[in-house]
Amino acid sequence: MADRRKYVIPGDVVTTGPFRPEQNVILDGNKIISTTIGISEIYDDSVRVIPLTGKYIPKINDLVIGKVNSHTSLSWELDINSCYVGFLPAQDVFGRDFSAHADELATKLKTGDLVAARIANFDRTRDPLVSISDRDLGKIDSGDLVEISPSKVPRLIGKKGSMIQMIEEATDAAITIGQNGWVVVSCESPEGLLKAKKAIQMVNEQAHVANLTDQVKEMLDKKGES
Amino acid sequence: MGGREATMVLMDENGKRCDGRTVDEPRRIMIKAGGLKNADGSAYIEFGDNKILVGVFGPRDVHPKHMSNTDTGILRVRYHMEPFSVGERKNPAPSRREIEISKVIKEALEPAVMLDKFPRTAVDVFIEVLQADGGTRCAALTAASVALADAGIPMRDMVAAIAAGKVADTVILDVNNEEDQAGQADMPIGYMPNLEKITLLQLDGVLTPEEYKKCVQVGVDGCKLVYELQKKALNDKYFGNSGD
Repeated sequence: MADRRKYVIPGDVVTTGPFRPEQNVILDGNKIISTTIGISEIYDDSVRVIPLTGKYIPKINDLVIGKVNSHTSLSWELDINSCYVGFLPAQDVFGRDFSAHADELATKLKTGDLVAARIANFDRTRDPLVSISDRDLGKIDSGDLVEISPSKVPRLIGKKGSMIQMIEEATDAAITIGQNGWVVVSCESPEGLLKAKKAIQMVNEQAHVANLTDQVKEMLDKKGES
Repeated sequence: MGGREATMVLMDENGKRCDGRTVDEPRRIMIKAGGLKNADGSAYIEFGDNKILVGVFGPRDVHPKHMSNTDTGILRVRYHMEPFSVGERKNPAPSRREIEISKVIKEALEPAVMLDKFPRTAVDVFIEVLQADGGTRCAALTAASVALADAGIPMRDMVAAIAAGKVADTVILDVNNEEDQAGQADMPIGYMPNLEKITLLQLDGVLTPEEYKKCVQVGVDGCKLVYELQKKALNDKYFGNSGD
């Protein structure tokens, strides 16, 4: 592995010198120390560590898959696989003329339903506010839910979406990836569905392996022949 | 804890200890990261005859809600000994000693764990001692640190721990159960090896200032050995055996 990328655990010194600490690193004197298990990447002026484990931390504009937990008279509570609960306001679904008296929330979304949503607002003081008022967002009617580690989502997407495109093309499946590590796979053929789910699990388990794309491709091709 | 011989020789004329170790030799240590499917992070340690399992959950919602802190996350540690972990059956209810050890382990981990990134949440560490043989707090702290890293909780450094002590007027590393019971001093040390900071230091017994300094030095050197095994455990789990 090149000098610029190496495996690190918490406390490991990634590098020393005038670098800007980015994700999952801290500055201690002139040492840049990793705070998590992952792969360190050193750029021209910055250093970051791509984590291999950890929970999902919401970021504004992230696409997430949420599972409806419960609702109050004004909003739904979504499990977004994070340490915080997502809030989906009823107005977002019913529209501006929503009335807490007249409209029953359970008619639109029930406990256990899956929703594709976007993080509309989040900061340290409040739980994340999610929204479904956008194209392609809203209740998910069909498909299988696959859970992977949120830290491995970038690997599943691949460079410019290369990995996910490859899986979609090979299996004819439609895959929606939530940044929170929840992935919905829908496919008309059962074999395609099975193959796509297997490929996603493979990325989840072997995210740290180099040339993973080739290995996934090989697996997809092999299965196709048999 | 019964079964101790009053006339036990803790150090023979060749400088060998009651279990055959030299003065600065730790017991056999094996650490494994992961293992529990339903926990966010976990670790198992065998430290001599100690066998300890640690599960970490979080960051997650705090219950009861009033315990949450709007500025930072909170760390909760529960150290528990199984009834069958010691010679005579132990009452499973938390004892005064277990509550104290839970507290010292929590305070030893806090400098390493960066909880300010997760306000209003809790990280729960559950430590189960399956078999005890002296030095469980150090072994538990070492394993808890690995389990926290396995859970992906951001940490400034790992915390490695081992006890130094004094038997037969000699400073020794890694005090075992017999030496703890019949020895002159026992000093558990928790240490962050990269930041070179001590996070846990307790002392039971009497030492001269020189012996105290020597004990700290021996303990810190021991922690560095333990740290290498923690590193290996995490590298084995995440990178196969190819960890740098």
